[in-house]
Amino acid sequence: MPWTGVYSIMKTAPVNRIIPFSNVDGPGNRCAVFFQGCPFNCLFCHNPETIHLCRHCGTCVSSCPTGALSLSPEGTVVWNKAACVQCDTCLKVCPHGASPRVRWMSVEEVMAEIRRCAPYINGVTTSGGECTLYNEFLIDLFTQVRGLGKTCLIDSNGSFDFEKDPRVLAVSEGVMLDVKATEPDWSRRLIGRDPDLVLKNLSYLLSVGKLYEVRTVLFPGRDKENEETVRTVSERILPDTRYKLIRYRPYGVREKYKQELGKTEAELSYAEHFVELAHSLGAKSAFVL
Amino acid sequence: MSEALKIIQDPTLTYKQELLALARLGESTDDTLRYSDAYYEAKKKGALCDLNEGVMPYRPRYICPDYELLFKKGCRFLELDPPKDLLEALNVLEIFYCHVPSITSFPVYLGDLDKLLEPFVIREDRAFAKKVIGLFLRNIDKVQTDSFVHADIGPEDTVTGRILLELTEEMQLAVPNLTLRYDPELTSDDFALACVRCMLKTAKPSFANHRMFVKEWGERYAIASCYNGLSIAGGGFTLPRLRLYECSLDAKDVDDFLNRELPRHIDLQLEYMDKRVKFIVEESTFFKTNFLVTEDFVKQENFTGMFGVVGLAECCNHLLGITDKKKGFGMNEEATRLGLKIMDVIRDRVAAHVAPYCDAYDHRYRLHAQVGIDSDGMDDSPGTRIPIGVEPTMLEQLEVNELFHPYFPTGTGDIFKFEETYLNTPEAILPIIKGSFERGLRYFSGYLENNDVVRVTGYLVKKSEIEKLRQGKQSVNNVTVFGKGAQDGGHALDRRVQHHEDSAR
Repeated sequence: MPWTGVYSIMKTAPVNRIIPFSNVDGPGNRCAVFFQGCPFNCLFCHNPETIHLCRHCGTCVSSCPTGALSLSPEGTVVWNKAACVQCDTCLKVCPHGASPRVRWMSVEEVMAEIRRCAPYINGVTTSGGECTLYNEFLIDLFTQVRGLGKTCLIDSNGSFDFEKDPRVLAVSEGVMLDVKATEPDWSRRLIGRDPDLVLKNLSYLLSVGKLYEVRTVLFPGRDKENEETVRTVSERILPDTRYKLIRYRPYGVREKYKQELGKTEAELSYAEHFVELAHSLGAKSAFVL
Repeated sequence: MSEALKIIQDPTLTYKQELLALARLGESTDDTLRYSDAYYEAKKKGALCDLNEGVMPYRPRYICPDYELLFKKGCRFLELDPPKDLLEALNVLEIFYCHVPSITSFPVYLGDLDKLLEPFVIREDRAFAKKVIGLFLRNIDKVQTDSFVHADIGPEDTVTGRILLELTEEMQLAVPNLTLRYDPELTSDDFALACVRCMLKTAKPSFANHRMFVKEWGERYAIASCYNGLSIAGGGFTLPRLRLYECSLDAKDVDDFLNRELPRHIDLQLEYMDKRVKFIVEESTFFKTNFLVTEDFVKQENFTGMFGVVGLAECCNHLLGITDKKKGFGMNEEATRLGLKIMDVIRDRVAAHVAPYCDAYDHRYRLHAQVGIDSDGMDDSPGTRIPIGVEPTMLEQLEVNELFHPYFPTGTGDIFKFEETYLNTPEAILPIIKGSFERGLRYFSGYLENNDVVRVTGYLVKKSEIEKLRQGKQSVNNVTVFGKGAQDGGHALDRRVQHHEDSAR
C-alpha cells in the first residue's frame, strides 16, 4: 500500500469529492466524503477512476476541452476547479484508472466543508475508493465530526482489518460493508482478492455491534455465485441487520469487463428472488435497491 | 373585436371564468382612482405592477376569516348555527366559503382545518370521518376552483391532520393548497415525516416556519393563497409589486439606484397602496356592510398592505453588469451582498412610511416576495429567488434563501424538486427543513420530479390540466392558465432536481 503511510507525514488525504447532501449513504441526510484509491480492482466498479492515484503522466492535460488541467513546473498535474465543466474527458483518457480532479486535503479543510453542511445533516459518511486506507485521517476527522454532534459512518469494502486496529470504530457509529463475493474463486475473479478478510470483518463488526449495513451486488446470469454470496451473508447476519441487495448495472463499468459481466442490468424480479432466499435464511431485513 | 367578445368567444374559458373576466372588464371602465403621472409612467415602463388587481377595489385582496368564531357562534347572515357534529361542521364551512371574497373571488384561506375539525372528528368512527372529509375536499376542488385556495394544518399531530394527508395523497387534487405550520418542538418527527412523504407525492403540504411567523404575527396567523403570512380575522388590503429589474434600468450605477431610483419607485408604490387602502376602507362598502365585518369574522384593524417585490436577482445582475446568470445572483457573493443592500433600503423605507389604517401593525405595510406571474417571463424571477435553470447546489440555494426570507413577513418561499429515490428516504429531507428553519428560512416547498400535481411558482397545477389547455380544451381550475404561461414563458417547471447524491462534481 504505497499511500497508507502518507497521512503521518503529509497530514492530508486524497479526496475525490465531497457531496454536501446525500440520501443514499446511510440514514437521514448525510455529507459524503469520497476518498481516492482502492486496494481492490472490482470488475464491476462503477467509478474505476477512483481506484488509483494520479501518476502525473500528463496524458489528460491536452485532452481537457476547457483548459482546466495544466502541468506545474514541478511536473504535477494541476486541476483548476473553477474552469472545469465536469465533462469527464480526463477520466476517459486516463491510462491509469485515476483522476486528476483529486484534492489532497487536510482534516481541517474537509471539516470546513462539513461545518457548512452541519446544520442540515444527520452525519457524515466516508466512502471511496476505500476510505479505510486513510485510517489515521478518519480517526481525526470523526473525532471532530462527533464534536459537532453528528454521526460517522464508514463505507468499506472490508479490506481493512477492523479487529486488528479498532480505533476508528471507537469514533464511528458503524460500517456499511460490501460483501461482493464469498466463494474463493469467484472472489479472486471479481475483486482480485480472497474473501477471507471481508468475511472476518463481517463477523467481527457483527460481534461488536458496529455493522450498520451489508451490501451485495447481484449479477445477471450468475445464479450460483449470487446464491453462494447471499447465502453466506444471510446465515451470519442478524434478523435486524440491514442487508441491501443491489442489482448490477453496466453504467460506468469498464468496457473490457462489461463483456464478461453483461451489458444489461439484473432484473428486479431476479433480485427479489434473492431477497426471498435471504429472508428464508433469517436475514429478515434484506431488501432490494 | 371587442374585449368582451374575445372573452365570450374563448373556447378555453369555462362559464365561471368568462363571468369573472367580464366583471374585471367592467371594473376597468372606471377611473375614479387617480395616481400621479410619475406612477403611470413607472407602470408603463413595467417597473411597477398592480397584478391586475383592478382599478377600483371593492374588497380587500386577501381575507382570512376567523373560522373559530364561526364555529363558536354561527353566522346570522347565512343563518348558520354553531355545528354540533362533523357533518354540520363541514356543511357550515362549505356554505361559508362561497361567501368569502378575494381578489380571485375564491376564499384564499380555508382555516386551520385540523384544529377546527378535530373535536368533531374524534367523536366519529375514523373511516366515516375520512369518507366525509374526502367528500368535503372534493367539494372544495370542484366548487372553489382556484389553486390560491389554501388550508393550514399543524403544528401538532392530529387525527384530522393525518386524515387530510391520507386523502391529499389518495385524491391528487390541486385544490386546496396546503401548509404545515412546522415547529420541531411542537410537531412530532413522525407527523413531519408523513407531511414530507405527502409533499413529495402531491407537492403539498409546504412547510412554514411556525416560530418565525408567530414572532411576527402572534399565534393567530394564517398562511393563505400561495404562501402569504397574514392575520386571522384580518388579511391583506392590496399587493402591488416593484419589478426590480425594470426599476434598475434607468439607474446610472449602483449608488444611483440605491439612493435615487429605488427610493423613487418605493415611494410611487407606497402612494398607490395608500390610495387603494383608503378607497377600500372609506369608499367601498366592504368594511361597512359585509357580514364578515359586521359579525366580526374579520376586523379592519387586522388588515395590512403587502409591499411586493420581484426580480431581485435580475436587478442585481443588471446593476453589476453580469450577463451570465450562472455567475450572477445566488452564485456570486458581490451580487448577493448587493441584494441584501437593496432589501435593507426597501425594508427601512417601507418601515418609515406611516400607512393608513393597518392599526394592528403600527400603521405599517409589510414586505412580500411576490411569486411572479406568467407574463414576467424570464425578466423578473419570483421575489428574491435564484433564477430557474441556474440554481446552484441545494446547500448553496438554501444559504442564499436564509439571508432573504427574514425580510418578508407576508410571505416568501422556495421550491425544491427531488429525484425519485427521496420517496423512500423522507428522513433525508426533514433535517434539511429543520436546519434551514433554524437559520432563517421561512417557507419550504418540494415535490418529486415526475408528479402530475406540481408547484409552479407558489400555487399548484396539474400537468395533465395544462395539457388540456394546450389542446384548446377547458380546465375547471382558474389557475391552470397561469401555470401554462409560467411554464411557457418562465420555464417554471424546469427547476433543478436534487439528485440522490448531489454534488458540484
